Amino acid sequence: MAQPAGPPAGYPSHNGAGQQPYSNGPVANQLMHPSDGQGYSPSVPGSYSHQTPAKVPPHQSSGQYNYSGSQNVSQLNNYQGPGQTLNRPPVAPFSGSPVQQTGPVPQVLLPALQNSAAVSSAGSFPPGASPPVLSNWQYSQTPGSQPVGSQTSHLAHVTGTGSAQPPSSLSGNTNPPGNYQYAASPGGPPLQNSYMKPGSAPPPVTQPLTPLHPPSRPPLGPPPVGGPPLIRPSTLIAGPPNTQSLLNSAANREGDATSAASDGSVVQNSYDAIEGGGLMATPHPSPAPPNLKMNRSVGYSYPTLPPGYQNTSPPGAPGMQASALQYPDGSKHFHQPALGTNHLTAAMGGLSLQQEGLRPVNLLQERNILPTTLLKAPVPNLHEDIQKLNCNPELFRCTLTNIPQTQALLNKAKLPLGLLLHPFKDLSQLPVVTSSTIVRCRSCRTYINPFVSFLDQRRWKCNLCYRVNDVPEEFMYNPVTRVYGEPHKRPEVQNATIEFMAPSEYMLRPPQPPVYLFVFDVSHNAIETGYLNTVCQTLLDNLDLLPGNTRTKIGFITFDSTIHFYSLQEGLSQPQMLIVSDIEDVFIPMPENLLVNLNENKELIQDLLRTLPQMFTKSLETQSALGPALQAAFKLMSPTGGRISVFQTQLPSVGMGALKSREEPNQRATAKDIHLTPSTDFYKKLALDCSGQQVAVDLFLLSGQYSDLASLGCISRYSAGSVYYYQSYHHKHNPVQVEKLQKELKRYLTRKIGFEAVMRIRCTKGLSIHTFHGNFFVRSTDLLSLPNVNPDAGYAVQMSVEESLTDMQVVSFQSALLYTSSKGERRIRVHTMCLPVVTTLSDIYLGADVQAITGLLANMAVDRSVSATLSDARDALVNAVIDSLSAYRSSVLSIQQPGLMAPYSLRLFPLYVLALLKQKAFQTGTNTRLDERIFTMCQVKNQPLVYLMLMTHPSLYRVDNLTDEGALNINDRTIPQPPILQLSVEKLSRDGAYLMDAGSVMFLWIGKNCGQSFISQVLGVPNYGSVPQNMTHLPELETAESIRTIAFISWLREQRPFFPILYIVKDDSPLKSSFLQNMIEDRTESALSYYEFLLHIQQQVNK
Amino acid sequence: MAFTFAAFCYMLALLLTAALIFFAIWHIIAFDELKTDYKNPIDQCNTLNPLVLPEYLIHAFFCVMFLCAAEWLTLGLNMPLLAYHIWRVQRGLRLRYMSRPVMSGPGLYDPTTIMNADILAYCQKEGWCKLAFYLLSFFYYLYGMIYVLVSS
Repeated sequence: MAQPAGPPAGYPSHNGAGQQPYSNGPVANQLMHPSDGQGYSPSVPGSYSHQTPAKVPPHQSSGQYNYSGSQNVSQLNNYQGPGQTLNRPPVAPFSGSPVQQTGPVPQVLLPALQNSAAVSSAGSFPPGASPPVLSNWQYSQTPGSQPVGSQTSHLAHVTGTGSAQPPSSLSGNTNPPGNYQYAASPGGPPLQNSYMKPGSAPPPVTQPLTPLHPPSRPPLGPPPVGGPPLIRPSTLIAGPPNTQSLLNSAANREGDATSAASDGSVVQNSYDAIEGGGLMATPHPSPAPPNLKMNRSVGYSYPTLPPGYQNTSPPGAPGMQASALQYPDGSKHFHQPALGTNHLTAAMGGLSLQQEGLRPVNLLQERNILPTTLLKAPVPNLHEDIQKLNCNPELFRCTLTNIPQTQALLNKAKLPLGLLLHPFKDLSQLPVVTSSTIVRCRSCRTYINPFVSFLDQRRWKCNLCYRVNDVPEEFMYNPVTRVYGEPHKRPEVQNATIEFMAPSEYMLRPPQPPVYLFVFDVSHNAIETGYLNTVCQTLLDNLDLLPGNTRTKIGFITFDSTIHFYSLQEGLSQPQMLIVSDIEDVFIPMPENLLVNLNENKELIQDLLRTLPQMFTKSLETQSALGPALQAAFKLMSPTGGRISVFQTQLPSVGMGALKSREEPNQRATAKDIHLTPSTDFYKKLALDCSGQQVAVDLFLLSGQYSDLASLGCISRYSAGSVYYYQSYHHKHNPVQVEKLQKELKRYLTRKIGFEAVMRIRCTKGLSIHTFHGNFFVRSTDLLSLPNVNPDAGYAVQMSVEESLTDMQVVSFQSALLYTSSKGERRIRVHTMCLPVVTTLSDIYLGADVQAITGLLANMAVDRSVSATLSDARDALVNAVIDSLSAYRSSVLSIQQPGLMAPYSLRLFPLYVLALLKQKAFQTGTNTRLDERIFTMCQVKNQPLVYLMLMTHPSLYRVDNLTDEGALNINDRTIPQPPILQLSVEKLSRDGAYLMDAGSVMFLWIGKNCGQSFISQVLGVPNYGSVPQNMTHLPELETAESIRTIAFISWLREQRPFFPILYIVKDDSPLKSSFLQNMIEDRTESALSYYEFLLHIQQQVNK
Repeated sequence: MAFTFAAFCYMLALLLTAALIFFAIWHIIAFDELKTDYKNPIDQCNTLNPLVLPEYLIHAFFCVMFLCAAEWLTLGLNMPLLAYHIWRVQRGLRLRYMSRPVMSGPGLYDPTTIMNADILAYCQKEGWCKLAFYLLSFFYYLYGMIYVLVSS
């Protein structure tokens, strides 16, 4: 291999360089690889060992097979049932055995060689980690290839992989995500970035492959065991590397991108880091808890990707050889499992599930319906081999996991059909493919995905439009296994989430550099709040962490009643301020040096950030010319595109876009005549202009008074920006907001970002997109224009069934996000989801995803409040519950029972809708500020479902009696898992302490008679009375209670990209009302209690 | 046979209806292009919005002419469309000036909502209905003109 490389050190740099060789192509690789393959082989064994720890390498293979074997059995069973296709079983066995054999042998031989070889490096070192995974993959794949016969089915490979995990995975893994391994690690984003580079290089490739398996493992339970075995193999190969890799993995877990990168470098090379990730899973000393969390942490282990494929090749190489030996003819036939619902599973294994799912629940009688753990997304009733490949529900989720066949049926069910997406979520495991041709359907342009069918080796049938396409020559070669003629094993066909490096056809212009422009309000009011200090300091601290490369540009504008530009020309001793006072016709005072290269002018920029907060301290100017400042910013940015971050503290008062106060405080409580709509279209038009020039505007609103967020928010809404709101921000009077701003700004500055993005959502013919929800501009029926895309944004899509889906067993949805990374690469992230089609109402109810339904309804309700009135929206929410439950009662329930009957899948529906009604966005009767209400609506539209649900229905835990019972073990940390309590004051006891996790904030409520031990050992104060009023941190004490509590809270925090602030609430603290407001099941002055609400629903349903 | 004011009205209406037919066809094509993804909604709205008022004014204009000519039947036939136009304008105004100042320029179409499936379908249907109406009225005016010319 060209890659050189010998020394590990070289790898890190690779990213770029490495790719090229690999990227080309399969063909070249084939030639080159043989030798490489050997080198890689060692890694493969590692993986094997991983699976079957006990067994010797050769045996190991058998061990894996065991899995496969079991699977086969299950598969067979399945087949017998419904008459699904049959071929699967054979495949699994094939794959398993051949691979393994090859695996072990090659490994031993190769290791030494590989180390020397550069190529191998990726595989070999990290080997431990990545290889194992790969090996799994390969196994599955190789088997596939080996199997003789014509490859009729593309899914064969699926089976292979499936074999490893088989049945257990389904049952054992409650978390689908776990299987996928896409787990979101908190550190995710940064890591990803770091990975990405490597990713482009070969090493990443290996990782991606591997990831799949490792994750699955943990759930099974063997994972812990697996860990050791892996190590062993690797050690055999090369002792030192392994240990290092382990270290790396550990580091990676931390989630800090920088740390990961550094670790990698420290160790051997960047690859190590990547691979290390893979290893991570194995190292876990503790038995893998079948918990999402676990998976997430493990997530790292998944190598990012296979861009170069070459990396992957290592494992493949061995496989290749083996296959060649055994199956020289090279003809293979795989049968893919029939797409479609797994009737058998449903009938057998799923029996209990189905019954459970359809069991009617009398909501009035069953009080304790709230599960004690976080609710998981329902698993679509697909054949397990297909389901295994399905998209992670955190990324892509449908309100109905059983799609109704006709619109009439959908209308009867009275449930909304829609998708909830989190397409740019930080993933720790993401396969990246670099190849000169991206295989897509010729008529509908769908990307090839795991749910297409291969008619034979040369043709595949699109699963969205059913056109038969040719398989390009290049696609015939599988860079992962280095086998020719098994297109169905390619990573594109093995992963429902994948990222492509886009060739130049996907660029309208050369990829733009990352450009950041900051626009600060410096009027007297703004200076009073003191926000500039915080923002400038945070920006200074994170200047080096801004995503970007050597082309990154940055600029600053400040404004009061005039607009100030800052020239950062090279050679100036200090920044030069240029004032434009003509706000009616804004112009840019100088064409250059207002946006400057960050790296070349860093000192000047730092200088400016240090002096900026002091420059306006004596300003008496109270006017705010936000509109002209935005126009100026737009003019400055329009040649390149990029991100504008606006900090505003009051109502814009002069120039274009000036607004008048519309809030009438005494009308806040009523649902009538509140101004949820913008008062001018200036901001919307400007946002559309920005969108056209690939500029996104993010708004930070820090104001004490009404600032008409309804109008201002448009600037972000249509330019795909985000809105942050800090009510009554003041550096002295409101320290809590200061901390919140700091944390959120840090996340904002350092998170991943994609520029000049578009997202297209395709779905199977017959389905169509009705409405989009989120921040973007809809450019065509299925295309969203996203000048910027960030990992914290979620989207929702309403769907309708246009033509009847007769004769279809499954439908698929695909979202493709084309963006420019901060490194200047054009990339496409593709998610594909496959769901079964059903013909009966009961099946629809069975597959209803109550969280997704609630999320979609919330989005629809926001639209309704804006287009009609708030009370209309509230009525619509209540009607949604009434209609669906009456439809269920009249159409599905055969026996009419008294009480309020709901299908098991929808048992939480009334509760969640009640929670929505009591949420700030939709509540009435309380004194909610208009801006706050609108901000909550913005959040509903823009938040990913997980956080929306936490915001709507927080989780309540009792934390004064945490025990290790049922605790998770992650990285040597013990994390207690207290049960989730109902949100009712009756669950609170005066002698306890309770933690409420509402997504972006947490409350720790301390009861008056709370145990002395908790107060002294966790809070670190002598008694209840001395708990400070504005306490937001728990001291780290050396007591078991403190360690447990802190471990739990930090575990909760690690699961999300932002940093929720913890408020400690006592009986007399002002925050008590916010805490109690979240007690959704209780009655308030103006809102029903949960029980009353149920009675109301029952009355309506039984009419 | 004399050239009366009524005959003049019919002739004028005939010509103007021909123009309206083109408007309607343009409208249909524009929305079809939107649906099939050929055009950017911003551009499309920018071209469509300026045409809305002229269309309504032309139609209102010959309605007034028929009123003056005391052609009650013809006027009656046009009343539904006239009422519909008034309703749309009034709704647009209400949205603009009362609660939803979505657009600062004249026009009915908002690029940010136009891609909503409901609105798109509505606008397409509206286009087809108007085309049919204008076509029928075109022949009716032709008939009316000849009838007036011959009978007088």
